[in-house]
Amino acid sequence: MSTHPSPTDITTYGGANLPDTFTDPGHGPHRLRRTDTDPAANKRAERQVVLLFAVSIIGTVLFLVAYVLVPPGDTAASMRTSNLLLGLGLFLGMFGIGAAAVHWAKTLMNDHERTDERHSLTPSEETRQGAVQALQEGLADANVARRGVLKGAMFSALALAPLSVAVPLIGEVGEDWDITKFKHTIWKKGVRLASDPSGRPIRAAEVTLGSAFHVIPANLEDEEHPLDEKAKAIVLMVRMDPRDLKEAEDRRGWSYEGIVAYSKVCTHVGCPVALYEQQTHHLLCPCHQSTFDLADGAKVVFGPANRPLPQLPITVDDEGYLVAQSDFHEPIGPSFWERLT
Amino acid sequence: MKALAARRHHRSAPVVLLLLALLVTGGLYAALAPTPAGAAEASESDIQTGSDLFKANCATCHGMSAEGTQDAPSLIGVGAASVDFQVGTGRMPMENNGPQALAKPPQFTDEQVAQLAAYVASLGPGPAIPTAEQIDPEQGDEANGMQIFRTNCAMCHNAVGAGGALSEGKFAPSLWDSSPKVIYEAMVTGPQAMPVFNDANLTPDEKRDVISYIVAQRVGSPGGAELGALGPVTEGLWAWVIGIGLLIACSVWIGAKSS
Amino acid sequence: MTTTIGRGAAATADYLDQRTSVSVAIKGLARKVFPDHWSFLLGEIALYSFVVLLISGVFLTMFYVPSMNEVHYEGPWAAMNGVEMSEAFASTLRLSFEVRGGLLMRQIHHWAALIFMASIVTHMMRVFFTGAFRKPRELNWVLGFTLLILGLLAGFSGYSLPDDVLSGNGLRIADGVVRSIPILGSYISYFIFGGEFPGQDLIPRLFTVHILLVPALILALIGAHLFLVFLHKHTQYPGSGRTNKNVVGYPLWPVYVAKAGGFFFIVFGVIALLGATMTINPVWNYGPFDPSPVSAGAQPDWYMLFLEGALRLMPGQGMEWGIGEFTLSLNVLIPAVIVPGILFTLLAGYPFVEAFVTGDKGEHHVLDRPRNRPFRTAFGMAILTAFTILILAGSNDLIAAHFFLSLNDIIRVFRVLFFVAPVLVFIITKRICLGLQRKDRELVLHGHETGRIVRFAHGEYIEVHKPLDAHERWLRVGYQAERPLEIEPPVDSRGVRRKGYRVDQVRQRLSRVFFEDRVEPVTPSELAAAHSHGAHDTLEAGHSAPVRELEGTATGGGRTLVEPVDGSAPDARNR
Repeated sequence: MSTHPSPTDITTYGGANLPDTFTDPGHGPHRLRRTDTDPAANKRAERQVVLLFAVSIIGTVLFLVAYVLVPPGDTAASMRTSNLLLGLGLFLGMFGIGAAAVHWAKTLMNDHERTDERHSLTPSEETRQGAVQALQEGLADANVARRGVLKGAMFSALALAPLSVAVPLIGEVGEDWDITKFKHTIWKKGVRLASDPSGRPIRAAEVTLGSAFHVIPANLEDEEHPLDEKAKAIVLMVRMDPRDLKEAEDRRGWSYEGIVAYSKVCTHVGCPVALYEQQTHHLLCPCHQSTFDLADGAKVVFGPANRPLPQLPITVDDEGYLVAQSDFHEPIGPSFWERLT
Repeated sequence: MKALAARRHHRSAPVVLLLLALLVTGGLYAALAPTPAGAAEASESDIQTGSDLFKANCATCHGMSAEGTQDAPSLIGVGAASVDFQVGTGRMPMENNGPQALAKPPQFTDEQVAQLAAYVASLGPGPAIPTAEQIDPEQGDEANGMQIFRTNCAMCHNAVGAGGALSEGKFAPSLWDSSPKVIYEAMVTGPQAMPVFNDANLTPDEKRDVISYIVAQRVGSPGGAELGALGPVTEGLWAWVIGIGLLIACSVWIGAKSS
Repeated sequence: MTTTIGRGAAATADYLDQRTSVSVAIKGLARKVFPDHWSFLLGEIALYSFVVLLISGVFLTMFYVPSMNEVHYEGPWAAMNGVEMSEAFASTLRLSFEVRGGLLMRQIHHWAALIFMASIVTHMMRVFFTGAFRKPRELNWVLGFTLLILGLLAGFSGYSLPDDVLSGNGLRIADGVVRSIPILGSYISYFIFGGEFPGQDLIPRLFTVHILLVPALILALIGAHLFLVFLHKHTQYPGSGRTNKNVVGYPLWPVYVAKAGGFFFIVFGVIALLGATMTINPVWNYGPFDPSPVSAGAQPDWYMLFLEGALRLMPGQGMEWGIGEFTLSLNVLIPAVIVPGILFTLLAGYPFVEAFVTGDKGEHHVLDRPRNRPFRTAFGMAILTAFTILILAGSNDLIAAHFFLSLNDIIRVFRVLFFVAPVLVFIITKRICLGLQRKDRELVLHGHETGRIVRFAHGEYIEVHKPLDAHERWLRVGYQAERPLEIEPPVDSRGVRRKGYRVDQVRQRLSRVFFEDRVEPVTPSELAAAHSHGAHDTLEAGHSAPVRELEGTATGGGRTLVEPVDGSAPDARNR
């Protein structure tokens, strides 16, 4: 890469016997600061350091005064004022000390550079041999040579002892370890679809064209752990023109007059997929932008999800309320190893 | 106070994303001073004037009697609320065929908007312009509004209404500067990509709760500057720009030899 | 008065010393020399923001209740009145709004966490680009890398403690990622959540992880990290008088006690300023956790954004495979586990790769100028670029909404950029490094431009260059350009195949990749040659006469062009 001059050039012009590389010229000259040479500057720097410490003291006083006199109160504005005054006080109190110390070090402390020697980190051969010898002596003192059973017993005991902590920990930490719960929700035949979060049951007639309803099962509050069940049971329900709806043969009866209900849990990693665009019938996940086409079986049209959202088969009961025909026909939410087993 | 706070929202969001300022001040600026809403009965002459305005300004796309064409939907039965929202925020007449109609300074006066609305309302029954009582934030329950908003609205409009992206260039606009009337009308009519929230889905009281919640968000944050209320990304950006920036500046000062 | 204090201090010191031999440590350490440079303070920012985290964290634990029991909120925040929420969330609101100074402490804690991670990253960048990870500091690099990972863990567990919607969705994503792990995934999910998501145990568990396990580990590793810094003595930037055998700088006592001690207060002050003026993680906006809502701009804190970005970029179609009756979700596994795994392994393992490639067994205490190691600098920039693209991809919805772009187009562009940009950045950075090295050569050979133009008697114009002084020059020539390794032949002199030839071959091939392109530093003879040529092409071509003979004939200026004697003089002195 570099342009090496030919050897003849060097002998011709450069003089004889130049070294292959340059050598370190050693420390440069020490440059004096203004505070070293000018007593007035020195005095000024001292005053500045004192001033900075004073700023810190004022800051701390400000903090304490604000703490006593400015309560956070009930409104955003009063909370903001309290927070601002306390924070500025703390800022000045801390920053003043820091700036003073640094300014002091920079202007008033001796700034002649010093040099320490480094020594190789690798200890001498003698030291190492001493270490080896110490270990060997200890091993000899322990009298374990040719006592295989003893060594085996010791290592076995040491290896097994932690189990008395680990086994109950792992055993209990996953509660019942029943991962088949992933596959079921509390939706079942006849459970009414209710509005989230009010819990009002929804009539089919109320779901007008272009509407999007966020739905929970009407029996959610009966559950022991409603949030756990809600995390699996949430549904998004929309109504579109039945002519826009493309339905698979085996799902013909799952919708009701253009009303379709799909699991709101993304099949990617489980975010609530909730951005319904009523013109395109696309459902977008705000977390990772998987896009599903609700008019076409919630197929993935864009993004990192691979599977369509599971559909909840719905119908209406005698009173005109929307109800589930059954649970979802497949596990909802993100994939897992045992999903299809 | 509220006006001040609202303007700060308007300014701080763009600053957060640095280069954004230029784009947003031009693009999103919409003078939407809250106007008293009224559902006064429209007179025959209003409808007639509205019809004339319609034929002159809207019929090219929506058809001579608002029956819709290939380019634009039918307006029969969309109601006065829809017209008031679309025309009153300047979204209609649409400037050009983008991913969605953008808000801009309205082309018609309030009176003309009312006349257009009266005409379209006369074509078929649809959502009416809300009454002043329906949209009074003082009468709403903020806490209930919060719960409804975050389930039904926050996924597009952000947790406090700062707006967000939809697919293919569409977006859910910020609600900082939207008047209660406009918010109500958007809910009942479902403009563009937005779904409809009819009175069975969200009752009129619940809609008012939502408005109450949105308006309450405009007083600013207790913690100081809101950074656009856009979440952890802008917080991270400021941690780097201001936090690490200041600390590195201090480091350079500490490391530099005094003069 | 003073003497009383003095006597008291002496007595205390004597008491302590008789029981701890503390004078031995003080004698050894007080005047220990540390080199001065602003970039050496980046690690201190991390250390001090960690101390700030501990201080503010202790404050927060006094008021925070790690419980998932449901309560109804009553308090000053109207938008939450009567809302059902976990005690964790309610106590977060209480400590934010009702405890005086509580909001400030919470905001300081969160800002400090962001600064902690950001300073770790900048500190790592400094160490990487200056080659401070070389022997004997490889292990300390690994310690630092482990601290980075622990920092991620501390951040993520703390971010989730308020039990709000935003962090709850983050946990749900974590659950989705965990479930994609083959065979064990479902059970690990149960292990973490104590059953199904969200369960009843998560918040107390995260609390223990966040305030006990992870901080204890971080503290211990920071101790080890600093111990090694003391043991190795700090690295120093190259310059005259600085060698691998010495360390040049200022003594710990008093200069660094003041500077580094003062810097702690500065860091605390700056973080307090952030907490005073800027809202962070306003959980009252997001509301208590509920699995149904989600808000636009659903992102984690910045240090987890790369994961979010990777998940967003991965196309999903056809990436879920059936293995027998089991399911393998590559659309999650690749971006969330494999891609970050590769990037982090490259980062952690780089010192060992470089040591292998150079075959270098020596200790290095003088840092590299990044330009003098073009491959390393370019490689580091490429990795940073990949991370940056992922972070931008994690913010794609905000970019789309605020720059009026199509979300889908941004994702498509980033999918391509993730592969293309690091390669481009690698090539460009390497070229810039080589260019800067050539610029250095140019400067050493021809000196500074002075702007003075001289005209010769025969009408030719030439600019006078001022030669570099010995210190300026040493900075630019005092390095060794690594060259591709020469290896011994596959068979020895008796024709027997040599052991280890395969490994050497790999080493040689890699070292070609690393060091094929390089710029050698100027040698004394090159400098001498350049000077006697007068850096003057026409004269060189003509070989008519040495430049000095022409000096007298110059009509302007009067100073020399570049005098060979000047250039070689410092070396002569040193010999």
